[in-house]
Parts: sequence; structure tokens; C-alpha cells
Amino acid sequence: MLDQPFASDLPAAGTAAAVVRFAGDSGDGIQTLGSEFTKSSALTGHGFMTFPDFPAEIRAPAGTTFGVSAFQIQIGGDAVKTHGDTVDVLVALNPAALKTNLPSLRPGGLLLIDTDAFNKRGLEKAGYETNPLEDGSLDDVRVEAVEISRLTREAALADGRAEAGVTKKDADKARNFWALGLVYWMFEQDRSATATWLGTKFGKRPEIAAANVAALDAGHTYGDVTDMAPPTRLRALAAAQPKPGTYETLTGIDGIVLGLTAASALSGLRLHYCSYPITPASAILHGLAKLEGEGVATFQAEDEIAAATAAIGASFAGGLGVTGTSGPGMALKAEALGLAAAAELPLIVVDVQRAGPSTGMPTKVEQADLNMALKGRHGEAPLPVFAAAGPGDSFDTVLQAARVATKFMTPVIVLSDAYTANAAEPWRLPDVDAMADIAINRDIDPEGFHPFRRDEDSLARAWAVPGMTGLAHRLGGIERAAGSGHISYDPDNHQEMTDLRAAKLDRIRDFLPAAKIETGDDAGRVLVVGWGSTRGVLKTTVEELNAEGHAVGHLHLRSLSPLPRGLEEAFGLFDHVVVAELNSGQLLDELRARFPHIPFRGLNKVTGQPFTVAEIDAALREHL
Amino acid sequence: MNVMNPDISAPEADTTTPLTARDFTSDQEVRWCPGCGDYAILKAVRATLAEVGRRPEDVVFVSGIGCAARFPYYLASYGFHTIHGRAPAVATGVKMANPDLDVWVVGGDGDFLSIGGNHLMHALRRNVDLNLLMPNNAVYGLTKGQYSPASATGMRSPSSPGGSVEAPVNAAMLALGAGARFVARSADTLQDHLPGVLKAAHANRGTSFVEILQNCVVFNDGAFDAVKDKATGAERTIRLEHGKPLVFGAEGDKGIHVDWATGTARVVPVGQGGAVYDVTVHDQTNLALATILARMEGPDLPVALGVIYHAPGASFTDLREDDPTRTMDRAGLSRLLSAGKTWTVS
Repeated sequence: MLDQPFASDLPAAGTAAAVVRFAGDSGDGIQTLGSEFTKSSALTGHGFMTFPDFPAEIRAPAGTTFGVSAFQIQIGGDAVKTHGDTVDVLVALNPAALKTNLPSLRPGGLLLIDTDAFNKRGLEKAGYETNPLEDGSLDDVRVEAVEISRLTREAALADGRAEAGVTKKDADKARNFWALGLVYWMFEQDRSATATWLGTKFGKRPEIAAANVAALDAGHTYGDVTDMAPPTRLRALAAAQPKPGTYETLTGIDGIVLGLTAASALSGLRLHYCSYPITPASAILHGLAKLEGEGVATFQAEDEIAAATAAIGASFAGGLGVTGTSGPGMALKAEALGLAAAAELPLIVVDVQRAGPSTGMPTKVEQADLNMALKGRHGEAPLPVFAAAGPGDSFDTVLQAARVATKFMTPVIVLSDAYTANAAEPWRLPDVDAMADIAINRDIDPEGFHPFRRDEDSLARAWAVPGMTGLAHRLGGIERAAGSGHISYDPDNHQEMTDLRAAKLDRIRDFLPAAKIETGDDAGRVLVVGWGSTRGVLKTTVEELNAEGHAVGHLHLRSLSPLPRGLEEAFGLFDHVVVAELNSGQLLDELRARFPHIPFRGLNKVTGQPFTVAEIDAALREHL
Repeated sequence: MNVMNPDISAPEADTTTPLTARDFTSDQEVRWCPGCGDYAILKAVRATLAEVGRRPEDVVFVSGIGCAARFPYYLASYGFHTIHGRAPAVATGVKMANPDLDVWVVGGDGDFLSIGGNHLMHALRRNVDLNLLMPNNAVYGLTKGQYSPASATGMRSPSSPGGSVEAPVNAAMLALGAGARFVARSADTLQDHLPGVLKAAHANRGTSFVEILQNCVVFNDGAFDAVKDKATGAERTIRLEHGKPLVFGAEGDKGIHVDWATGTARVVPVGQGGAVYDVTVHDQTNLALATILARMEGPDLPVALGVIYHAPGASFTDLREDDPTRTMDRAGLSRLLSAGKTWTVS
């Protein structure tokens, strides 16, 4: 086993970041460890990005490799925009977790394992023929093999807690907090927030809370009293120097929940979130359901189609209708989107993309619903499609979607994905007072009213809603005469309405901000173009290449339909344009069709895993 | 006026003048085949709307796809012609957004029993305050005559040239099975009957399901003649009245006796001394009786018309905890944003 300095290959102290990965059985509370460590990192003042990586199975058989759940976090300064390519500290609570996660640990990285779990049965379940602790397979990492289960049991059952009712089984369940205690020690993090949380979590059984806190403390003490040399770099991590303000830890799901709620508050429209359970979008429904009673309505529909159509009904009746789903559900909503486009009703459709097709890999990331979002409707029904570029950006994106949906009377599709949905980052709370209203025009003159009379600038029709006197009208999927909205099969009218639906997208393009190079040089050798959750990894790579003096830029699309103004000019400033996305080239095809004279290159990956900085770096260097 | 948003310039409704069917008649030309049963249903609906007296702007008609789904265009209320089968789901959203609206849903047997069967079931079990009107012509009319889920076994159609081998759905039984609290049946041309059923459906606060036997003059002409015809109708149907004996026949000389041990009905003579069997009294709150009545059909038993089952219960929007007029505001948003675990950087 190596005893090399921990991270000599990394940037100097003060700018360093570290990557920690917790791994264990689905039942080991790994995601809890992750969120506690995230919270403490935030409170310590670090920038961070997290990556929960868990199986679709709720409780796969214990000890098996397919039941392993993991949580990765990179902490450091403000520059942290990804969860990190390779891991500096890996906590593996059982052999299966070691087997599936060891490849992520960098050479010389620190591996913390519970030797008590490395018994014959555990090794067999993980499929190990020899004990990795003895067969030399861990020679290039630094192993801290500790009897975590035994030490946890000693701590948890001490001080009369066994007598107070804490069983050995209870004690064994606390071993994850022992490990967390030691990791807190490595990073000099305050563990009081976790201790407080444990007290609340086990409020009804204070002896269990005390047992877990004892385990947490014992892990921390272990670091102090053993001769386990702490990697010096870990103690010199850069603190973030964020803008002044109040912060919280935000996941992409949180961003959507808060963004939709904000859209309701700013528009005065009651939010109606209609959804059918599906991974990973269900978490939005859970988040909003908690706000029932505070002016938010949620509806768990009988299927994806009912979710979409109920949301359309809510919008028709004057609410802010929103439906959310993931890939397979999006396919089911296609017909309803056609109706909303035809009826020209505001509607927000959130698609938290996951690896497909069909059931695919429901908890894994992919950006392969882009084609469906852009084109997956019968007839010509062009719609705005926006993509959330990260947890905090999810808030801004759904808010923007609400503005566009109501201003232009159109459904808007918002693409998130399984990575952004679950990843967390520090988020500065917006100043609610400074946020602009979403103006809803209900000042409609009944004199000569027609439901499809349009505003000349936005091309939006007036949104009269049931209950308003003198404005009763009929909407429908049958083609409507321009202006009156009466049923019309007139050939010229259909051409006119088709053109109007397309022209609305042009007006939306005018409304949206123009494309801009957000990181790196405004002109130069290579431009990398991305959308959605890849923003962090693209930005980080480009910043690193810029630091080396390379003329590389990064442009991140927030709107995939309409494409923003100024794109062609931006592309023209670079010798090469690389389009990076977690699919086989869907945006690439779109850009090639729009800008046939620009030689775009694709950087594509469809593994269910996010890009790494190394992958982006290697691809961009090909063109330097 | 039942609008959430206060900034409306539209004039206040005139609530003093009594409404007539004309007030619910839109300027659109009705485009059903001459002789279609939907004309009669439309007439009954307009008359019912005028009688129940909700202002046109507070009434919403939602429909799916099919001949019957053209209904909203012909009524001067708010209307939404949506997509095939999904009207109950759209209407649920409308009702959630504004529970004060009087919401009606119209869909044929294809719309409600086939492509939209799932939504029908869930609207019924949720007891959303909707009036579901299902004109049942036992055929797909708008797509030119294919057999429907309500068509009789053996029906020959373009998609079943050898005769359908499928058993038809009994819509009333389906509704009862889904937990409906109001199930009724009438027929298009029974203008002395249909408006009363519609009025009762409207009065129920919850999902009211009304099957309306309807003639398709082109593709399934005469399917319900025996039931509707003045000469045969009296013998082939029974008009249910809550609390009254189950008596039918032109002379009122027949009754229904329910054998509770076997759950079956039989026709018994009425008015002749020394009858062996009692005539059962209709109790529309009795689910067991309702399932027996809903199943009755010829040639041995009369088809039940009227309110088969009515067990009032709290509606979906009544049961939801949230105040439907409340909307998140800036103060609420500020509270929500700071409710999590926050830290401050100065």
C-alpha cells in the first residue's frame, strides 16, 4: 500500500478541491450520509456539487453489487461546478460497494473500508474469489481498513444505551455515521448539524439518536487518536468566497419546485401541478404536494395522459397548469401537447430525462429526449423547449418557461435530467421583492371579443377564462379560423394558422436573450456547445484550458427551440465547434440542419453517466 | 362571476332575467346527420340548463372526440373540445382550478367506454363534481361505423364483417363498479324523461353518470327502437322512481320482483289479487338493487330508465384540504425560500 503524499498532483492549497464518494448497500443510508456531508460542507463555507448514484431497485438483495448505492461530492472553492471525475476519498461499507466503486478512486486515493463487512459471506455475495484486502488488488491506493462495525457497536451500546433499549441491530445501523464522523475529521468539518439532525430524526427514540451520535463522535475521535495521518490537502481546502447573501443547498428538483411556486407567486395564478408517479420526476410531485395548503394544488392523475390533460383543463380555467414526467411519460403526453398548442393555452411540461428507450435505466442520466421535445408531435406544432443547466438554473428555467407560456399563450417544454434533478449545489436565495411580475392580461373587452384575436407583438391570443361574463367561447382541437376561432376547414386558413404557430416561435426568439459565450475566449480555436446538465463539466474544462492559455470557449444553450439570436455569429468566431451532449448527436443534427456550412463535431456519450472533465478535455484538445 | 382574478373589465352578469334555452344556443350551425339522436339530446340539455339557471359564463362543456363531442360548439357557454377519451381528465383540471363552475362532460360510448375508459373510472371513483353525459349509440359513427365496446355481440360492421365476437360493456354496471354515486339512464327522444334525469344529475354534487341511449341514423339505425318506441317502449322499459314500486307496462300491469337470495329480478303481474310475489320498491340508495336494475335487458326484463343509483357523498374538490381560491404570494414565497437550512455569507 502506498504511503505517498495525498494529492501532490493537484493545484496548490487554497484552490484545491476534493472528491468524496460514499458507497454501500441500498439499505446503508448512503444517500443520508451524502446529504449530511453536503449540508456540513455548505455550512463550512465550501462550494460543492453532488452526484447521488443509486440503483432503480428500492431494496435489492443486501450485499449484492446491483444493490450498491453511492453518493459523490466535490467540495472546494467557488470554481467547483462538477461532482469530480475521480475520487480522492472512497468510503466502501461492504465488498460489493468496493467492487463497483473502486474504479472511480484515483491512484493514491484514500479508501476507507469496514473490515467487519469483508467476511466470507460478504465477499461471496460481491463475487470476490479472493479477499481484495489480501490479494494485492488495492496496492495503488491508500487503504484505511477499520473494524467499523465493532467500533460502532462499542460506542453505540456504551454509557447505558444498551440498557436503555439500543439493540445490537440498532448499533449496526449506526456504522454509516461512524464513517461519516471520520470523514468529518478528515475535512475538519463541524458535525453538530448532523448531531442535531439525528436528534430530530429519532425524536421519538432519543436513545437511538444518542447511539448514532455516539457512533458519529467515535468515528471522529478515531481520527484524532490513531496515527492515521490526515492528508494535509484535505485540511487546506479552499473555502468558497461567494457573493454575499443567504444560501441553501439546492437540488434540481428543489429548483423546479421553487421555480414553479415562484411563477405562481409572481403571476397570481394558482399552480396546478398534475403528474403521475415516475422516476425520477416524482420528486417534483412530492415537493409540491407538501405545499398544499399554501396555495399550491397538486393532482396525482391516473396516468400520464390524464396528468397532461388535467393540467390543460386547469389552464383553460385560468390556473397555471403544469405537468411533469420522465421520458416514457413524455411519449404519452404527445397528443395532449398537440391540443395545448392548437388551443394556444399556457402549459409547462417538465421532462426529467432518464436513460431510455422504454424503461431503460430509470435513475441514470441521458439527454436523449431532445428530438421528442423538439419534434415529437403529430402535425406541425412547434413549441418552446428550454433546458435547465443545473440545480440553481432549474429555478430560473421554469420561471422563464412560465413567463413565455403566459406571455405567448403556448405550452413550454422544460428539459431536466436525472443528473441535475438529484445533484445539489449551493444556491443564493433570490430577492423576492426584486423579481418582476409575470403580468397576466385579463383586461379583455367583450365588445367584439373573439378567442383567437391576437396581440400584434406577441401573437398571443387573449386568455379569457370561464366565469368571465361576455367572453364565453369554445376552444378545440379542430382547426380554428384565424381571429374568430370558429371551426374552419378552409385551406388558406390552415396555412395561415400553421404559419402563425411558427411565427410565434420567432417572437419568442426576439424575447429571449441572445446567445453568448459564457466562459472563455470570445473568439479562438474551439467552441464547445452544450445544453442542460453538462454545463458544469463544460465550464470547468474550458476554464482549465483557458488557464493553460488555450483559446477555448463555452456556449450553453438555455433554449433549444427557438434557438437564440446570435448563434451563427458566435459559431463563426471559432475554428472548430464541438457539440457535447449525452445522446448520439441530437442537437448536433439540429445545428447541422440549421447551419449547414458550419462543420460541427459531436462529442457524445450514452452510458447513463455524466461527462467527466477528462473526457471533455481530451476531445477539445484534439482541435487545439 | 366565479373568477379568481379580480382585474376583469367585463360587465357584471344580468342575474335577474330568467334564462331560456336560447341563452344557451351558440351561433354555430349544428352539423350532425339529419335524424341523429344528438339533436334531441342537445334540445334537452339546453332546456335543462335554462331551468337550473346557472349563468352561461359559469357553465363549461368539455368533450372528447366523436359525434357527441361536438356538443360544446353548439352551446353558448364556455366549451372545450379536447382529445379522444380524455375529457373527464380535462374537466377534472377545470373543476380543480375553479370548483364553482358548472362542468359538464359529453362523450359517446367509444369516447367513455373505450379509449377513455380509464379516465371515466377515475373521475367516478374520485367523485369529481362533473355531469358526465354519455350518448350511447353502440357504434363508432364519426369514423364510419365500426363496432364499439357497447355494440351487441354479432354486430356486422366494416371492422367486424363476420360479426363481432366481443361482449358489450354495460355502461351502468361499469360505473357502479367504479364507485359512481350517481348512475342514471335515459334515451334521446324521451323528452318527457331525459330533462328530469339531467336535472337530477346536475343536482348531485359529485360525478353524475348519465347513459343516454341514442340513435345513429346512419350506422346503427333503430338499435334502441324497441326501447324508445311509444308502442313497445312501455313494455320494454321501466321508469324508475325513488320510493315507488317497480311497475311498468302500458297498463301498469307488470312489476319487478327482486329475489334477494339469488340477486335476480323477475317480472310479476300487478293488480291481480293474491299475487305470489311482492313488487319491489325502488330505493336509489341501494347498491345491490342498483346492480340488479342496471343489468336488466330484453327480452325477458325491461330496460331500467331513470336514476338507478344515487348515494350522495362529498365531492373531490370538497374533500381537498386546500382553499381553491388561495394562491401563493410573494410573502409566502419568501417564507418558503428561507424555510430550508440556510446559511448567510456577508
